[in-house]
Amino acid sequence: MTLKHMHEYRDPAIARGLIARVREHSRHEVRLMEVCGTHTVALFRSGIRDVLPQTIRLLSGPGCPVCVTAQGEIDAFIALAREKNVIIATFGDLIRVPGTESALELERAGGRDIRIVYSALDALAIARKHPQKEVVFLGVGFETTAPTIAATILAARTEGIANFSVYGAHKLVPPALHALLQTPDLRIDGLLLPGHVSVILGVDGYRDLFERYRTPMVIAGFEPTDLLEAIARLVEQIESKQPTLENAYPRAVTEAGNPAARRIMDTVFAPVDAVWRGLGRIHDSGLSIRSAFATHDAAKRFSLPIFDPPEPKGCACGAILTGLKIPPECALYKTRCTPTRPVGPCMVSSEGTCAAYYRYHDELEIPE
Amino acid sequence: MKSDQILLDHGSGGKNSHRLTIDVLLPALGNDILDRLHDGALLSIDGCRLAFSTDSYVVDPIFFPGGSIGDLAVNGTINDISMCGAEPRFLSVAFIIEEGLPMADFKRIVEDIATAARTAGVMVVTGDTKVVPKGAADKIFINTSGIGVIPPGVAVDGANARPGDRVLLSGTIADHGVTVLTQREGLRFEGDIRSDTAPLHRMVASILAVCPEIHVLRDPTRGGIGTSLNEIAGQSGVEIRMDEAAIPIRPEVAGLCELLGLDPLHIANEGKLLAIVPADRADAVLSVMHADPFGKAARIIGTVGDGRPGRVIMTTRIGGHRIVDMLTGEQLPRIC
Repeated sequence: MTLKHMHEYRDPAIARGLIARVREHSRHEVRLMEVCGTHTVALFRSGIRDVLPQTIRLLSGPGCPVCVTAQGEIDAFIALAREKNVIIATFGDLIRVPGTESALELERAGGRDIRIVYSALDALAIARKHPQKEVVFLGVGFETTAPTIAATILAARTEGIANFSVYGAHKLVPPALHALLQTPDLRIDGLLLPGHVSVILGVDGYRDLFERYRTPMVIAGFEPTDLLEAIARLVEQIESKQPTLENAYPRAVTEAGNPAARRIMDTVFAPVDAVWRGLGRIHDSGLSIRSAFATHDAAKRFSLPIFDPPEPKGCACGAILTGLKIPPECALYKTRCTPTRPVGPCMVSSEGTCAAYYRYHDELEIPE
Repeated sequence: MKSDQILLDHGSGGKNSHRLTIDVLLPALGNDILDRLHDGALLSIDGCRLAFSTDSYVVDPIFFPGGSIGDLAVNGTINDISMCGAEPRFLSVAFIIEEGLPMADFKRIVEDIATAARTAGVMVVTGDTKVVPKGAADKIFINTSGIGVIPPGVAVDGANARPGDRVLLSGTIADHGVTVLTQREGLRFEGDIRSDTAPLHRMVASILAVCPEIHVLRDPTRGGIGTSLNEIAGQSGVEIRMDEAAIPIRPEVAGLCELLGLDPLHIANEGKLLAIVPADRADAVLSVMHADPFGKAARIIGTVGDGRPGRVIMTTRIGGHRIVDMLTGEQLPRIC
């Protein structure tokens, strides 16, 4: 994508046209779920939330990988960091998520070797450079990142880098969407589907979901006009009572997605039941590393206890991740829970709903 | 999670840094002068008004496109003094050097300091050198302090912004922070990305010449323009409204921020200033900025209003609004 291209997708005149289209078609009150955390942030940052008519209510969904990582998994990461001779390599967001007693950031300050990386390949490079250390990469993410982690494990196997392992905490989006659409009392009139996960899954990845629930669904990109186009299409589908599964991000998402990426994922990972913060245990919604790659599976390399701690008291992250509450409805929001002193991961993660509300939202009317 | 240790975030320039200042430093050290938390201290000695400022430089890497830790150390303190409306005159330079630093690197840094000081017309008049064992520091840390003279009639203060004022920015944002980060991470890209480190005292002098009654000057270093504008809005008890389309940013820098998921409003600048001026002086100040070698891309980026005090709102390209907050969390450590 060239930069000029980027500006075209932010063109104010086109945006105004799309906003007018949304306003023209929107009659009934509708509740649209933005599944993806990056969409939540993009909707705020672009100012779209501010210009949508009152009839459209946007709910946040569970598409923030750090946010849906269960408390017990955070405690497991911290336990790994405390193992002798271990270098933890992680994406930046996980550093500040509070576990039951500590956080990776505090462990780092206490002298543990915890390094922020931009990709799993960086972690592999650390392992190559420090053959006498054990390097553990914390594998958190959805279908967007799982293929690259799988490829890294394959590279470790090929190169014979034995001191590299992954703690696999990846999750899959469609099973979570099934769980949400089955939740009683949760009315979702339309789904804004995640852009980058869809690059891997393709439109085909949601056909089962659509056939089963017949909820309007549109795959959306991240630029302001992408989001407005997707919202306009959802509103039009709902008002005309003609639900469809649509792709409003064709420059990146195809019908079949990326089969090569899915093949790599399947070589290294197998679906397994997983616990999602807010949603509980969902069948076949996580990825575990296949036994053929056991030497690169941190859960097998290090014998860790199972952690099953309670969620932090008063934290409404679970309800927020499932669209049942918005952050201002959490008693801790902006009082005990802020980005500098977070209680739950929704406030820490750069894609977290609470962090997005805190940074970009104000309850008071913004006068024209 | 409240911490009983110093965390990296306490040095980031964002909210936790601020908390450390309020909770630990001011209770112990506070006084009328320090409490103002200005870029530099405003002193009056026997009727002579001076500005005094200090800063430490721990940037990693120490050499990067556009300059070095030596350039930052000189320009950074010159700029802090200038933001007080003062003319910088003298600097001190103190080194803490890690054993094993190549002599060639040290000489290069010293040359950079000499050149930057000479170019700026400022003298290094005192200094100190310490060497610590390998591992006790990372290559080299530099502290500089500076003294400047405040001309009569000039009273620049973060608390001076008034409704109706215009907010001016002297050029493109995020150049320094993005340069340092990409160098550090070894990211390869096409395009010319370089630190914007530069001394701004001549620009400030020109601005004061056409607008001695300027309200606020601030150099948005760590935490970026987002943090600086929030600080000013808070200190002045005003609301600041920014226009996203007016903010100058180089396309390569914007592109890298997109790629890395960074908000350019929160990234350090080392050769830019924010000026808040009465509305009727805005065009004159803008012209003066454009005439300066470091102000060619200057723009009026916002206005000061009487909405919610302390709030900064940005009108987005598509006509919506969003809040601009202070930097929370360490976005980019060791950027300056």
